[in-house]
Amino acid sequence: MPRKLRWRFFTILAVVLACVVGIIGLPTSEDALLQNLSDHIRLGLDLRGGMHLILQVNTGDALTIETDQSVERIKRSFREQEISFGDIRRRDATHIEILEVDPGRLVDGRALIDEGYPAWQRSNRAGSSDSFLLSLRPEVEGQIRQSAVQEAIQRIRNRVDELGVTEPVIQNHGPVTEYQILVQLPGVDDSVRVREIIKSTALLELKIVEPQDAYPSRAAALEQYNGVIPADKELLQGIPQFRDASQATQAWYIANRSAAITGRDLRMARPQNDQFGRPAVGFSLTNDGARRFERVTSENIGKRLAIVLDGRVQSAPVIQDRISDSGEITGSFTTQEANDLALVLRSGALPASMDYMEERTVGASLGVDSIRQGIMASLIGLFGVALFMVTYYRLSGFIAINALLLNLVILLAAMVYISATLTLPGIAGVVLLIGMAVDSNVLIFERIKEEMWSGKTVVSSVGTGFSKAILTIVDANVTTVVAVLFLFLFGTGPVKGFAVVLFWGLLANLFTAIFVSRFIFEFVLSRRRRESLSI
Amino acid sequence: MQLLKDVNVDWIGRKRLWLSLSLLLIAASLTTLYLKGGPRYGIDFRGGTLVYVKFKDSPDLGRIRSALSEQGLSGSTIQRYDVPERNEVIIGLGQREGEVGTDTDAGRVRILEGLQSAFGSSAGQDGKIDLNNAAPDELEGRLSGAAGIASLLESDESPAFRTPGELARAVTDYRDRHGGIIGAFQELGSVEGMSPPLLAAVQEQGYLGDFAVFQTEFVGPKVGRNLQRQAINATLYALLGMLVYIAFRFKGTVYGAAAVVAVFHDVVITMGFFSFADRELSIPVVAALLTLVGYSMNDTIVVFDRIRENLRLRRRESISSIVNRSINQTLSRTLLTSGSTFLTVLSLYYFGGQVINGFAFCLVIGVAVGTYSSIGVASQLLVIWYDFQTRRKAVVRPAKA
Repeated sequence: MPRKLRWRFFTILAVVLACVVGIIGLPTSEDALLQNLSDHIRLGLDLRGGMHLILQVNTGDALTIETDQSVERIKRSFREQEISFGDIRRRDATHIEILEVDPGRLVDGRALIDEGYPAWQRSNRAGSSDSFLLSLRPEVEGQIRQSAVQEAIQRIRNRVDELGVTEPVIQNHGPVTEYQILVQLPGVDDSVRVREIIKSTALLELKIVEPQDAYPSRAAALEQYNGVIPADKELLQGIPQFRDASQATQAWYIANRSAAITGRDLRMARPQNDQFGRPAVGFSLTNDGARRFERVTSENIGKRLAIVLDGRVQSAPVIQDRISDSGEITGSFTTQEANDLALVLRSGALPASMDYMEERTVGASLGVDSIRQGIMASLIGLFGVALFMVTYYRLSGFIAINALLLNLVILLAAMVYISATLTLPGIAGVVLLIGMAVDSNVLIFERIKEEMWSGKTVVSSVGTGFSKAILTIVDANVTTVVAVLFLFLFGTGPVKGFAVVLFWGLLANLFTAIFVSRFIFEFVLSRRRRESLSI
Repeated sequence: MQLLKDVNVDWIGRKRLWLSLSLLLIAASLTTLYLKGGPRYGIDFRGGTLVYVKFKDSPDLGRIRSALSEQGLSGSTIQRYDVPERNEVIIGLGQREGEVGTDTDAGRVRILEGLQSAFGSSAGQDGKIDLNNAAPDELEGRLSGAAGIASLLESDESPAFRTPGELARAVTDYRDRHGGIIGAFQELGSVEGMSPPLLAAVQEQGYLGDFAVFQTEFVGPKVGRNLQRQAINATLYALLGMLVYIAFRFKGTVYGAAAVVAVFHDVVITMGFFSFADRELSIPVVAALLTLVGYSMNDTIVVFDRIRENLRLRRRESISSIVNRSINQTLSRTLLTSGSTFLTVLSLYYFGGQVINGFAFCLVIGVAVGTYSSIGVASQLLVIWYDFQTRRKAVVRPAKA
């Protein structure tokens, strides 16, 4: 082999080896080979089965919580400074009203807000000199919304990890100002249960019930206060205590608005059985939580303690004795519900509620079918193109088919090395590529033929044929690559898979058509002088 | 082998024929689209709920319809999916505009309840688990609780399944590999290591439901509108990107403009065919359209490249004759490349399965139209432009003299 061909030969050999090792590793047996193959090629949700979710985080919830907390803190500060006021209350998610501040202490009140609460922009309330309106600064509002999304992502990740899903995707979706989260869970079959676990806000609050009765209806509860619930109390509905609809009893409670402890004070939650052997969830508290819980329970012995989950009272047992560091949530749970509740409590409450914007589930059987049909279409396409090329170009057609096969191998290896995901449109991309990839070789062969007709020798025809075709090949591929780039930007999961396949396939095509086929041609021609070429 | 040596077809001479053919096709496409009220948007763009169900036997659409009506879903669409032998049905629910559902699951739950009440109540399943719908974990939980199975697995000398979990997975794997639904318990006998007593024990725990859900899709209206906008933007930007590239490579906007008009022509006609065949526009179909944009452009560029080269080599020849020569020189390449691409997309159309059938259909039409338009539209426009230029110069020059 001539020297200049030799280094090309080794380059090609190295590329082929790197690709083959990339795809199948270094298997020692047939089983290991298949195992490596399925480990290395990542299948998309549409081929493996699984769930795809887009969630809208209602970040307004996080703002409301933040504003409520500020209201409490401001009240406390005013009291500590002994500045009297009529009322301090939340007007909406981003505004607080401070009414009727002691006219003599207005200056102190202003200073207190401006120095102690920099997140709030103070202005005078229209039409009154002794009242303020606080507005949450827009940059702080943005931060709160963003961090609500980040916190939600973290919580969902905790939950998904506990479910044992492999390779989940949980990330921001779209522009950050849309506050959306993309969740992809490959291989998840039980979609109804999983969506419940993900969406569950899991906001746990323990509140003292006062007065201590449970009421059969909303109206009966309201009657206690002549229809108006005081600001520091709230009306809560209990879940029906019996699963059978005909026996279900309604229960309404009036409880203190501020919670004794919340899910944030939990150290651990685990499923267990209650004293009657029914499924329940046991929890233990952090040191700080335990101290507060002990104080509250010792002050309220004999009263009911409402266990409120996402705004609904699960149960409201009577406090028998002081409780410090652990407790139990009872209600009417199935074993699985108790397991799932323990799971979401462990992972922490979501900072805001969420809505499903998009949800797709693919069953495993559909994926199996799709793979089978995709492989079938590829093989038939490949066979058709091979027949076409070999009939038309004879030996040269054979060279082109080899280049095409190598093209596919490089594509597959590239997918493995960049850990791209193979989707159904991706397989379609492979099929399409089989048809499009011969184009480069066809362009070259036609050029070589033209050169030969004009009377040049075989060797010089091959040389000029290749060099003249290269520019056209590059031009032609660039347009497809441009289309593919826009596809990549536009597309969601499966379509992105298609774009990735076409992109790498066309790139590999440049290498195989220009470099590899040329090498084969020149190698064949270098062996002996040829008067004709099988083309 | 050589089919096309020294062809000498006068493509430009039949300018009127090609242009009127193209205009006719475009008019027909636009009329079809107009009559059908625009493209038929699929769930990706329109929003709504789709539930794909596979039945054990040929499904009775009337029974499904009445079952859904009982659930208050009389507005749902019920269609056969794929070939009839597969017994597959899609049930669709529209999404009313402006209704951002907080409980997106409601539609799906009601569809399933309806199906369950109409098809799920076959005899003798009191408290058993539905093997055609159970997730592996669910089945594992059920089988672990069955004393008979545990003892069978223990007593066996060399058991194929060491745990109930392995047994559960073998059953669900078999189901997934055989179309997603098990017709009869005897079928499970072919699972490796499934002994008759074990099969009987499984049969005691489960029953075979009449249907299985193999795919569900829900798209909210907001998502659909966003996707619609993105799809249009992506197509327009891709066209713009190519216009810029060709203008740069060919040093003039004429080539770019001619190529972009030709590609636009291809997209309109393909969408016309699509609409005529009553197919739905989905995200993969938009991907196919974008691919077609790239493919058609590629085909046009090969011809343009040759025209540019011949313009340099043969300065005295008329533009019509140069374009003709260039088309003829590249004709065998055009036919070979398009032929092989056409072969593969045809294979995708016939063998690739239902999920990407729309995508494949779009490419079958697109490859044919895209190949034609390089010769029938792009090259003709180029000649028309050059002729227009020479005539203008011809008019201007005598005036100068």
